[in-house]
Amino acid sequence: MTSYPKVLLQNRKPDRIATIDEYRESGGYTALTESLGKVPSADVRQTIQNAVLLGRGGAAFPAGMKMSTVPEDAPFPRYLVCNADEMEPGTFKDRVLIHADPHQLIEGMVLTASGVQAEKGIVFIRPEYESAARILEREVGIARDAGFVGKDILGSGFDFHIDVHRSGGRYICGEVTAQLNALEGRRPNPRKPPPFPTVKGLWDRPTLVNNVETLCCVPHILKNGADWFKHLALTETGAGTKLYCVSGKVNTPGCFELPMGVPLREIVETHAGGMRSGGTFKACLPGGASTGFLPKEHFDIDMDFEGLKAVGNRLGTAAIMVFDESTCLVRVTCNLIDFFARESCGWCTPCREGIPYIKDLLWRIENGQGEVAYLDMIDRMARHLWNAYCAFAPGAAAPVQSLLEYYRDELMAHIEGGSCPFDK
Amino acid sequence: MLPEELQDKLEHDIAAVDHPKELAVDVMFALQDHYGYLTDEAVETAAGLLGIAPVEIEELATFYTFVYREPVGKYVIHVCDSLLCMLDGSETIEAHLHQKLGIGAGETTGDDLFTLLPVCCIGYCDRAPAILINRKVYGPLTVESLDAIIDRLRADKD
Repeated sequence: MTSYPKVLLQNRKPDRIATIDEYRESGGYTALTESLGKVPSADVRQTIQNAVLLGRGGAAFPAGMKMSTVPEDAPFPRYLVCNADEMEPGTFKDRVLIHADPHQLIEGMVLTASGVQAEKGIVFIRPEYESAARILEREVGIARDAGFVGKDILGSGFDFHIDVHRSGGRYICGEVTAQLNALEGRRPNPRKPPPFPTVKGLWDRPTLVNNVETLCCVPHILKNGADWFKHLALTETGAGTKLYCVSGKVNTPGCFELPMGVPLREIVETHAGGMRSGGTFKACLPGGASTGFLPKEHFDIDMDFEGLKAVGNRLGTAAIMVFDESTCLVRVTCNLIDFFARESCGWCTPCREGIPYIKDLLWRIENGQGEVAYLDMIDRMARHLWNAYCAFAPGAAAPVQSLLEYYRDELMAHIEGGSCPFDK
Repeated sequence: MLPEELQDKLEHDIAAVDHPKELAVDVMFALQDHYGYLTDEAVETAAGLLGIAPVEIEELATFYTFVYREPVGKYVIHVCDSLLCMLDGSETIEAHLHQKLGIGAGETTGDDLFTLLPVCCIGYCDRAPAILINRKVYGPLTVESLDAIIDRLRADKD
């Protein structure tokens, strides 16, 4: 097996979290010590921008550019929110990161905050990750005792506090603007920018929201430089390493840190132990439930943001859900649509009404009561989903539209055969 | 009425933050822990503590998966029925729980020990099929390992 450098998971242990001492021995908190109060915040932002760090929460927005959208003269207090509300089916990398090396995240938050002069940090975490929430609360306290968090960090004059906020639990809370409403104690429906959160976020103050993995990259970038980070990737267009969560019909599902742009075939066949029970690769969802099916002709694709974009797909959260020839993709899509229908916040009509409409028709097809006319009806409604208020509904449309595009034969087999051809 | 100690703690926590409402979920969780679920009285209490209308608590309580507006058992079992768990047999797991506990989805056993709630992806796709019992994860499950877990919890009661 090709061996790649481990960055984000270098301190991962099979049975416990890395301590602050272990993190420091691996070079942790060096970036903080060397840059806080010494490197101007504009330089911090520029380095992250030069590193081409793209947001790891699914949207792939350039992290450095996002930091730069906090206006220079923006009012205080400014907030940094760490989005640990990971709930995209197939995705569990943020949980792994917090359990492996919590101080990496803490240092990433302090450094990122220093880049926008934020003084209040909040980790927004889903209730299913209660153990991760407790780890962070304890380790933030340890970091505070060591002088890395709190008032006048390492005598730099920079203050930054971190609180852990437990969510009540809903998928939509992972959407940035909905998360702000959740944090303010409002019903977490999305807001419609502008104003963007970096200008007017929490309580109308500038608020930068970043994913756990994005923040964890920051200490390494500042310590080793933007060029080093870019060269970690296997592709010209990629940068850094990536945590790929592989699940489904593979022998060893798990979370693997690999260079950005590693080929899909290598991930499945080498790192995830190959296809389960000698099955053959049929398709995967390359980046969580909100991405389309990637058919087998793309099995050799380079897994980075540009690579997936080139074939009309998305890397999303890089949660790769693998299906073999015995998997019914209509049934898979029914399950995904059930998920989206249940988790829709109900705020806007296309999402609230459109998703259950598709769900009803898809299930009829799966159950052998489909008609050919349903396919166009589903297609039309899936396109309506793009008119929704936030990215939730277009995300729900992605697997549906790709099912229609690549697996029409499978749909037709259900309709013409009057039952699911995969049922034995 | 809340015990004085809990009342004091919540008042203290609320006084320590800039915007009381930001603690809405924490307060709901604390009251839920105390009453066993978020009772009508708890909704009123939470609203009073936070200085907002009860309906503002209600609209949060009915939105969130982990806030219960009806009585639940001592052990709340969240069965993940999203994609990866489904592919690895969550339907078998859920059916087995229905049969073993004698309850349907959303119901509580007669001895108030178990409540069964199917939920969306719990983020343990590498341990599918997985469930949470009082937020602690179990997986990958088989019918046999599930039996052992349930039997142990039942025995703990005695």
